[in-house]
Formats: sequence, structure tokens, C-alpha cells
Amino acid sequence: MRLDLAAKQLFLWEFVQAIGLSMRYFFKPKPTINYPFEKNPLSPRFRGEHALRRYPNGEERCIACKLCEAICPAQAITIEAGPRRNDGTRRTTRYDIDMVKCIYCGYCQEACPVDAIVEGPNFEFATETREELYYDKARLLANGDRWEREIAQNIALDAPYR
Amino acid sequence: MAELWTNYLWPLLLIVVHSVAVLLILMTAIAYILYADRKIWAAVQIRRGPNVVGPWGLLQSFADMLKFAIKEPIIPDGANKGLFILAPIVTCVLALSAWAVIPVAEGWAVADINVGILYIFAISSLGVYGIIMAGWASNSKYAFLSSLRSAAQMVSYEVSIGFVIITVLLCVGSLNLTAIVKAQDTQWGLLGWYWLPLFPMFIIFFVSALAETNRPPFDLVEAESELVAGFMVEYGSTPYVLFMLGEYVAITTMCAMCVILFMGGWLSPIPFPPFTWVPGVIWFTLKVLFVFFMFALVKAFVPRYRYDQLMRLGWKVFLPISLVMVVIVAGVLQYTGLAPK
Repeated sequence: MRLDLAAKQLFLWEFVQAIGLSMRYFFKPKPTINYPFEKNPLSPRFRGEHALRRYPNGEERCIACKLCEAICPAQAITIEAGPRRNDGTRRTTRYDIDMVKCIYCGYCQEACPVDAIVEGPNFEFATETREELYYDKARLLANGDRWEREIAQNIALDAPYR
Repeated sequence: MAELWTNYLWPLLLIVVHSVAVLLILMTAIAYILYADRKIWAAVQIRRGPNVVGPWGLLQSFADMLKFAIKEPIIPDGANKGLFILAPIVTCVLALSAWAVIPVAEGWAVADINVGILYIFAISSLGVYGIIMAGWASNSKYAFLSSLRSAAQMVSYEVSIGFVIITVLLCVGSLNLTAIVKAQDTQWGLLGWYWLPLFPMFIIFFVSALAETNRPPFDLVEAESELVAGFMVEYGSTPYVLFMLGEYVAITTMCAMCVILFMGGWLSPIPFPPFTWVPGVIWFTLKVLFVFFMFALVKAFVPRYRYDQLMRLGWKVFLPISLVMVVIVAGVLQYTGLAPK
């Protein structure tokens, strides 16, 4: 063993250097954000909690075409269609999303011809029980009403790139 | 009756009050040392660390404590119930009892006994039993294997700690912790403490203390990324808290030992007035905190040792160096006439 190497090992030179490096990092400004109090900006394409949207006149957008149900790779969506109405369109009688199965791939909103099912910007929908994550139509429509402003803005922002 | 009171009851009461005071202060200190550990670790990794519970997260440890205390203790099927419960108690009580002899300032020890250092050495060696009991009583092969590893590690590093202590004792000529500190009280101050004359031993003691308390980089026992929790896998709730507490008390004990043996205990680093007016307990606390800071820094920047590297370091590096140092120190003391009478 060379003498200088031996001396370096004996006096723990690498550890002394490591202490210097750690102290430099110690006083660096922390890049961590204070999560519940401050949040990172989200892309308009962010795929969070699902919502079913309505037209401005209050009519449900969903026409029960079941494209989202068909494309869903996790088979998380279950739809039952109601009878054809006088104006020739159908509406769903049941629209369930199992948020536990969902992989947030966004295929449902891509498949939707009327922009009815969308994934909104909300990602803070943790629940205490699993059952609360089996979303039904009422819950999804309520989400849509609650997040409509943000969702509409995100769709408008993303429109030029589509 | 009066004789009984003055000879037995009053000293007993005094000892109980002293012990309770030491324990209370120690427990509070441990809560903040845990917090400091996490904060230092976080800061080196450019994270914030706990900062939500209380101002700057200062109450984090108490919140954790409460969370553990209100959880359900689970005793696994097939575990040896008595030993399973006893193991964390043994670990914690042994770790705490070491503080009975540590002098935090001149005369400030619950028991200023003449074999203080042997007492601490014995107590910290007994700590292995808590770990072995926990591993064996859990009736889980993972816990058992990890407790074997831990026992082997602690036993190997105790050997070199023993030799380090012997060199210090050769210089002091007493086993009393107070006498060890007083022997370092020279006109040189900082430079007269044993860390400088016995330099390599100081490093060996520090590293062995890390291994002895299963701290990173020698935390093979409970390597978070590999082994979940080592011998503590089956533990939860209050028994786990006792282990955690025992571990951190053992760490502070080792910091205190480091301070007493090598960094002049409660002595002021600069031996003239403005500094000597500061009470010894403050110097002692500052030094312990400094050593703990080094413990925490090492945790943050040193990668974990492999098991064979750990054993190599213990038996093939530290043991020969400390053995040779014992001989050298003894020879120098004998032939220069510096040996204590």
C-alpha cells in the first residue's frame, strides 16, 4: 500500500471531505415544497379525479355511447343506458367508476365524443374507506358541478394542441 | 429512628428524586434528539424534515409517541409471550440505567461510583440480551437472524471499545468517571483533553460507538431499505417505542462516554475566566450535542457497510490498532514516568 493512501485512510480523509460536503448541503435552500400549504402548478392536461360534465343549460353531456367503458383498460367503468328519449338521444341510468381499479390513463376522456367524462385537476380525494372510492353517477356529476370552471379552463387551454 | 432516617431513608429519597429528575430530563432530551436526528438527516439531503407538528415541528416526537401509545400492541401467534414483552423493557431499562453514573457536571451524578466506567461497559454489553431476546421470542426467522447479526456486531465492537477504554484508564489511573474528567483538566484546555494525545483511539471509539449502538453506517440490523426493522419486525406500539427509546438513550450514552473519555466532560475548552464561568453542565450538553451532531451527519453521508466489511473493520483493523496502542501507551507512560501513581 502506498504511504499517502495509508495516511489518507488513517486520518479518514474521505470522511473529512464528506463532512465538508454535507455541511454545504446542510445550509442549501431546501427545494421541498410545504405540501399541504403550498402546491406545485399543474398542467392543464393533469389527469386527476373524474367528473361528468353538463352543458351550460344543465343537460348532462353523457349520451351513453359506452366508448369509455369499452376503452377502459382497467375495466373500471360500468354504464347502463336508459331508453331512447323523444329527441332521439339516450342518457345513462347508471355510470359507475371504480376509482380503486382506475389507472388514470385518461383514455375515457380521449374516447368521449362529447367531453362528458373528464379527469379534473383534483388529486386530493383520499377517503377513509374503500367503499367511498366506488363513485356513482351522482358523485361524478357533483364533481363535474364543483370543478366545472377549472375543467372548462383546462380544456380551453389545451384545445390549441389537439 | 432518627438514625434510620439520616442513614438510610433520606439518602434513598434523595437518590429516587435524583433518578426521577435525570430520567425526566433525559426523556425530554431524547424527544428532541430524535427530532434533531431527523432534521439533520433531512437537511443534508436538502429536505425540510418534520415541520408540521408545533412550531418548526418541535412537537413531532411527542406526536409520534402518542401515535405509538394508542396503537394496539400485537403479540404474534407462537411468540414466547413473557420474553416478547420483557425484551423491550430490558433494552430500555438497561439503556436508561447507564445514566446513573454519568457525571454531567462536577459532582452531578446520581451515583458517583468508583467503577463507573466498568458499570457503563457492563450495562451496554447487557444490551445485547434485549436484542437476542426480542429476536428469539418473536418466533420469526427474520427477526432471529437479524438479532444474531446484531449480537455478533455488538460483541465484536465491544472488544475494541474495551481496549480504547483501557488506554484511557492507563492515562488516568482510575475507573471513576469524575476522576477521568478531572485528569483532563490541564492548563492546555481543549488541547489537553485525551482526543489529541490518544488521537486514533478517539476515532476508533467514535466508530465503535456507532457500531455498538447499531447506528448507520453499521445499521445492518435494521437496514431500512433491506430488512424492514430487523429484530423489531414483530413489534409495534408501546414495545416498539421502548426499543426506539432504548436505542436513542444508548446513543446519547455513547455520546456522553465519548465526551467524558476524550473531550473533557464538563470542562471548559478554553481554561480561563469568561469561559470557566459557564456552568459545567452547559459545556457537557454542548459537547454531547456536538458528538450527536457528528453521529447524525455520519448517518446522512456514509453508505451502509456490508456485513463482511463490518466484521473486517472490527476484527482486522480496529482490534490490532487498539491492541498496539495499548502497548504503546503503556510503554510511553512507563518509560517517561508520566504514569499516574
